[in-house]
Amino acid sequence: MPSPDAAVLRRTGADTDSAAAPYLVVEQVSKSFGTTLALERVSLEVTAGEFVSFLGPSVCGKTTLLRAIAGLDPATSGRITQAGRDITGLPPAARDFGIVFQSYALFPNLTVAENVAYGLRGPAWPRPRRAQRVEELVSLVGLAEHVRKFPAQLSGGQQQRVALARALANEPGLLLLDEPLSALDAIVRLHLRQEIRALQRRLGVTTIMVTHDQEEAMGVSDRVVVMSRGRIAQIGTPEEIYRAPSSPFVAGFVGRSTQFEAVVDAPAGSVRAVDDGLRLQAESARRLLYGTRVQVFLRPEDVRLGVAGSLERAFPVTVTHLEFLGPVCRLSLEFAGRHRLEAELPPELVRTLGALPGAVLDATVPADRVLVFAADA
Amino acid sequence: MPEAPLAGAPALPAPVHARAALDRRLLVAGLWIAASVLTLGLVLPLLTLLVRAFEDALGHFVGLVNFVAYATAPALLAAAWNSLWTAALTTVIVVPLAFGYAYALTRSCMPMKGLFRAIMLIPVLAPSLLPALALIYLFGNQGMLRGLLMGESIYGPIGIVFAQVFYCFPHAALILAVSLSMADARLYEAAEVLRAGRARIFGTVTLPGARYGLVSAAVVVFTLVVTDFGIPKVIGGQFPVLATDVYKQVVGLQDFNMGAVVGIVLLLPAVAAFLLDRWAQGKRAATFSGRAVPYVPKPRAGRDGPLLALCIGIALVLLGMLGVAIWGSLIRFWPYKLSLTLDNYDFARFDAAGWESLLVSVRMAGLAAVIGAVLVFCTAYVLERGARTGGTLPGLVRFAATVPLAVPGLVLGLAFILFFNHPANPLGILYGTIWILVLNSVIHFYTVAHLTAVTAIRQLDPEFESVGASLKVPVWITFGRVTVPICLPAILDIAVYIFVNAMTTVSAVIFLYGPDTKPASVAVVHMDEAGQASAAAAMAVTILAVTTGVKLLQVATNGLVDRATQRWRRR
Repeated sequence: MPSPDAAVLRRTGADTDSAAAPYLVVEQVSKSFGTTLALERVSLEVTAGEFVSFLGPSVCGKTTLLRAIAGLDPATSGRITQAGRDITGLPPAARDFGIVFQSYALFPNLTVAENVAYGLRGPAWPRPRRAQRVEELVSLVGLAEHVRKFPAQLSGGQQQRVALARALANEPGLLLLDEPLSALDAIVRLHLRQEIRALQRRLGVTTIMVTHDQEEAMGVSDRVVVMSRGRIAQIGTPEEIYRAPSSPFVAGFVGRSTQFEAVVDAPAGSVRAVDDGLRLQAESARRLLYGTRVQVFLRPEDVRLGVAGSLERAFPVTVTHLEFLGPVCRLSLEFAGRHRLEAELPPELVRTLGALPGAVLDATVPADRVLVFAADA
Repeated sequence: MPEAPLAGAPALPAPVHARAALDRRLLVAGLWIAASVLTLGLVLPLLTLLVRAFEDALGHFVGLVNFVAYATAPALLAAAWNSLWTAALTTVIVVPLAFGYAYALTRSCMPMKGLFRAIMLIPVLAPSLLPALALIYLFGNQGMLRGLLMGESIYGPIGIVFAQVFYCFPHAALILAVSLSMADARLYEAAEVLRAGRARIFGTVTLPGARYGLVSAAVVVFTLVVTDFGIPKVIGGQFPVLATDVYKQVVGLQDFNMGAVVGIVLLLPAVAAFLLDRWAQGKRAATFSGRAVPYVPKPRAGRDGPLLALCIGIALVLLGMLGVAIWGSLIRFWPYKLSLTLDNYDFARFDAAGWESLLVSVRMAGLAAVIGAVLVFCTAYVLERGARTGGTLPGLVRFAATVPLAVPGLVLGLAFILFFNHPANPLGILYGTIWILVLNSVIHFYTVAHLTAVTAIRQLDPEFESVGASLKVPVWITFGRVTVPICLPAILDIAVYIFVNAMTTVSAVIFLYGPDTKPASVAVVHMDEAGQASAAAAMAVTILAVTTGVKLLQVATNGLVDRATQRWRRR
């Protein structure tokens, strides 16, 4: 949620009336390239000041949707309105947005200052005002001492910030980020995404980011739009899409999990694995009929382990493999000699349990954490 | 937290009518301009040529009669055969020599590579007539080294092949140098680690890596020889080839229909070669991946020594031919009075146009360079960056842009007269003016210029225009502030390429000049025909001086251009 001072800086709408009139509305938008359908009747709403991420595997349509919103590749059908104005068929220059591309697309022959000032032209921007605005922006992104340099003389992270400053120069109502961090190495990436988020909060600019990195999407977004094969699979807060995925696709795509086929068993609220008969209590299986085939997903951190005989409703597992990852250890587990499970637990607990390869332990999963999806859904 | 939106309206969504921005309309307009220039300068003339081959002198359709007449005339068939075998022989001689030279430039540590590279380019700057004239000085009826031929005459296949070797050498060497410079060091390291000997590495890594370059080089040389007009005209004597046949039919016999038939016959090997080369280029591009590590040669006397000797030998021959031509142009009366004089440069004594023809050439080449560079670059830009408009027009223009490479200059020139000289054509007013020469030169050298422009534009980030649009900056401002400054070196390359070729070409313009617009290269042919070999050589040397001057000017101004527009490349 935006910080309190954001309301002061924000250009469009206040928190109170934003719920009544969303800032950006995408209705039934489709896009086809020749005979291939890249987007299929996509609908979503973005509130003013919100940070939304489009998340999905490659060619899921997330970049296509972003480019339709920007007008770079206009939608084939449907309607897009921004701040109450129908922008579906408008060329990019008639819309109100700033964009940062994966490659940054900085003009290599112009200095940092010239790049940032690129869109500040015409009678509205006399020279002194333009210079002042450029100064404002470069200090905003922390590049004040680099204004005379050319992009090739900057690091990847610095180039990214120049692109951001350039996109924000005209005070656009909407900021579009197309995989803005994927060209950077891991450490710069983490740092920069926090910086982008802080900047976005401060300016209160409505932002849409396309990414294939779920950690990135969950880390910075108010809401995440998970996409798959040209359709929206789920829209929700990071916690919603992780804890309550709406489909097997989302459950499998977001976060780590182990999955297996099962059928709904008696008593109500339990499932039985098809291949090895493993039985689990599952809250979400209560509304399904006995005998329904289901897919079950288990998050590694939800698998509780204990010394054999210490846990209720537990099943015995054998540790087959152990990975030390720093804050946690990842364990590969076997049930009945075949079923592979994954569990994550802190190294201290691994030590107390003696969970080394070969050890036999008790495992259990809380009934409200077992994710169950009917197979035909 | 905002709630997830509800599903949209149940009715089918309406299709979107995207409103075209002014930017886009401008790009489309540019495309139409390019399309009309290529239609007027290429498509319609070639179609006219094609139609005329099936008509009699009165314009009646006669089907294949002309072709039958051609196929049953032994003299004409002999010319076709002569063209083919001299071209094949030249290719067999040039490609290995050029390979050795290019190998030395790219894969050895011999000294003075820059100098050898510069010497190699001399024949490109000279008209093809220059080596032919030099050979006549050396081995002609009054040649100093005539005895070396052991009774054979230089006027004929021997002279043609020798002169063509000189003329085609840089074209083959350039292609092979590019192809050999793209070597992946990792392949050589792998081969060495697997204990392959030098010969085995050469056979299994080097040659396969260069094989498409070899195909391209062979194809280019073969086409150059088949389609060249200047050399066989000057040194061919009574030895008929296709190119001189077209000239004879049109200028000598005024038989335009038979000229068109021979032109089409001349077009066939050129088109076949063009297709073969396109295939090889496609293959070649795929063999060198972006992740390859460039190969850097290490010094080795056993390889560098012989290669240096080969390069010195070739460079001496190239410089020698040039030297003989220059010397010959300064001699009072070859070979009897060897005192030096500038009389041969007083062109008015030999040809009515005098020095005027050089001015015509410079004006024509200059106009073609400026107009051509602007047209080619803008068209390539529109094709690369505006092609999202879809439709068949961009595809057609893109195809048309690659066709001129397959059309010999002589055929294009003939097509131009047939089209522009047609009584019903309102564009006939161009005929005899300098503008028809300019249009012809731009079209004739279009393809290479187009490919240079496309390569330069493709190196730019594809999102520059999108960024501009998002910042509400019109596309022409982004074009002027970003695209053109970054591509300026490539644009200058295109201009100089068109200028040099327009200065030196004979074949494309020999049918098209008017009484006041005779280019210098045609004057060389005329003076040679009139028996004024020294004056012809002098004019050829003058052309070479102009092209060399322009090339040197380009090298000199490169520093300035770089400082003005390429400062950002330095880190």
